[in-house]
Amino acid sequence: MEIDPFIFRLSIFILSIFVGYYVVWSVTPSLHTPLMSVTNAISSVIIVGAIIASLAGNSNEVFDTASIFGYLAIILAAVNIFGGFLVTQRMLAMYKKKKKDK
Amino acid sequence: MSANLLAIFYLVSGVLFILALRGLSSPETSRQGNLYGIIGMIIAISVTIISVGNFSIEFVYLIVFLIVGGTIGGFIAFKIPMTAMPELVAGFHSLVGLAAVFVAISAFLNPEIFNLGYPGDIKIASLVEMSLGAAIGAITFTGSIIAFLKLRGIMSGSPITFPGQHFLNLVLGILLVGLIYFLCKTQSENLFWSLIFISFVVGILLIIPIGGADMPVVISMLNSYSGWAAAGIGFTLENTALIITGALVGSSGAILSYIMCKGMNRSFFNVILGGWGATDDTSSKKSSEQKPVKSGNADDAAFLMKNASSVIIVPGYGMAVAQAQHALKEMVDSLKKNGVKVSYAIHPVAGRMPGHMNVLLAEANVPYDEVFELEDINNDFANCDVAYVIGANDVTNPVAKTDPQSPIYGMPILDVEKSKSVLFVKRSLSPGYAGIDNDLFYRENTLMLFADAKKMTEEITKSL
Repeated sequence: MEIDPFIFRLSIFILSIFVGYYVVWSVTPSLHTPLMSVTNAISSVIIVGAIIASLAGNSNEVFDTASIFGYLAIILAAVNIFGGFLVTQRMLAMYKKKKKDK
Repeated sequence: MSANLLAIFYLVSGVLFILALRGLSSPETSRQGNLYGIIGMIIAISVTIISVGNFSIEFVYLIVFLIVGGTIGGFIAFKIPMTAMPELVAGFHSLVGLAAVFVAISAFLNPEIFNLGYPGDIKIASLVEMSLGAAIGAITFTGSIIAFLKLRGIMSGSPITFPGQHFLNLVLGILLVGLIYFLCKTQSENLFWSLIFISFVVGILLIIPIGGADMPVVISMLNSYSGWAAAGIGFTLENTALIITGALVGSSGAILSYIMCKGMNRSFFNVILGGWGATDDTSSKKSSEQKPVKSGNADDAAFLMKNASSVIIVPGYGMAVAQAQHALKEMVDSLKKNGVKVSYAIHPVAGRMPGHMNVLLAEANVPYDEVFELEDINNDFANCDVAYVIGANDVTNPVAKTDPQSPIYGMPILDVEKSKSVLFVKRSLSPGYAGIDNDLFYRENTLMLFADAKKMTEEITKSL
């Protein structure tokens, strides 16, 4: 009897929820805002779906309906990826420790 | 590239995303964590492009759109003032939601390229997964737009309620489940579009009854939704990176919502089902005005703080509105020159999103080891000479401990009333978001400073 590959993906999903649970609880509360912006950026990995939709379509027609939605999703996800990571970087650069000599 | 190799690369980028979140456990490791996240993203995007292997005209368009989106995103990231961070995050959530909807639409219209079957004959499991992804994505999209408008002040922050609201939401929710069921039976395109449309409506209806100060919960919740939407699409596309990320983001948002609700001692459903401000108006209005209030000016405040040995600063949303963080830092610097010990106390729900105050203080160059969370600093108020409350209100209200009738009863508060004197910077005596009077205003050891937070802080600095 063979196991449906869906079950494997479900296992990954469930285990990742637990990983997420423990990792996020260890995030220091002062970094909760950067946490939100970085989760925002990484959830835009949904762009891989958009890339497939736009590249793998019918080669006779660059813009069929499916690929147009793909391209739109690429723009949206790109805004998020660049915006999310950069704004996180900008915020994290501001967190400084007390200078010792003061 | 073989499918196995591709899957391994996706796994690697999933692990890098985990490390990105792991880095946030302390500010020192956080920057490296962000770098891991960026590398994970680059890997995911590159291997996807290589695996499709189409480098003709479509590829050129892809790069162009990537640059267009990236430029917009980069521009926003550098221009946005830190006080506008809640709106920005809400806006970004809406984009993830809409992107999920768009990917689901292209998968529905052209299932062959994703190996999901053929139009009109899509695998049932895939259809369920993409419907869930699209529905949650659509809810995230409109919900975040509403949250954005409320945070930006374009739409009023007060809750919008109407009779039968919960019933309507329930009906629409059942309708969504029904639509997914019939979509699987008939594979009808119209049902798919209706599903998305109704989810858009649900997103609006879910967020409009929630008031401005509950936004920390809403933003966290939408953060969570955007994760679940991504996971739904991840299942459709059979993509490990997307499944792992979706689960991470989903649980992250859920934990943040939980922390925010706990900070207000309210249940999640209590927040979601409607705001405070609307219901509790009646009980609050009677007692103001009559009681005597001591008010002072900048010189009084400066005198008090200069002669104190320790001062605790309690910032709130009002500080963000007045953009007073830099002025505050200047004041603290001159206090320190006078030998005063200064620390900052942050309530979990201060501001409009989790960690909002911390970012603003970091922006003003306040070292993060002077900033403390509620549990870590609450005992220090008893030994502190002056508590300087700037733009916070409900989170300091002792009524939460004393009056079981009060709507905020049981909410953890910062014990500012225990310090020898309390300075309250506020524009007027008006009650805070919860609509209840703050007992603290009328206490013997409280000095009210009626002014704009930024102006008052600047004046105090001058008199120091």
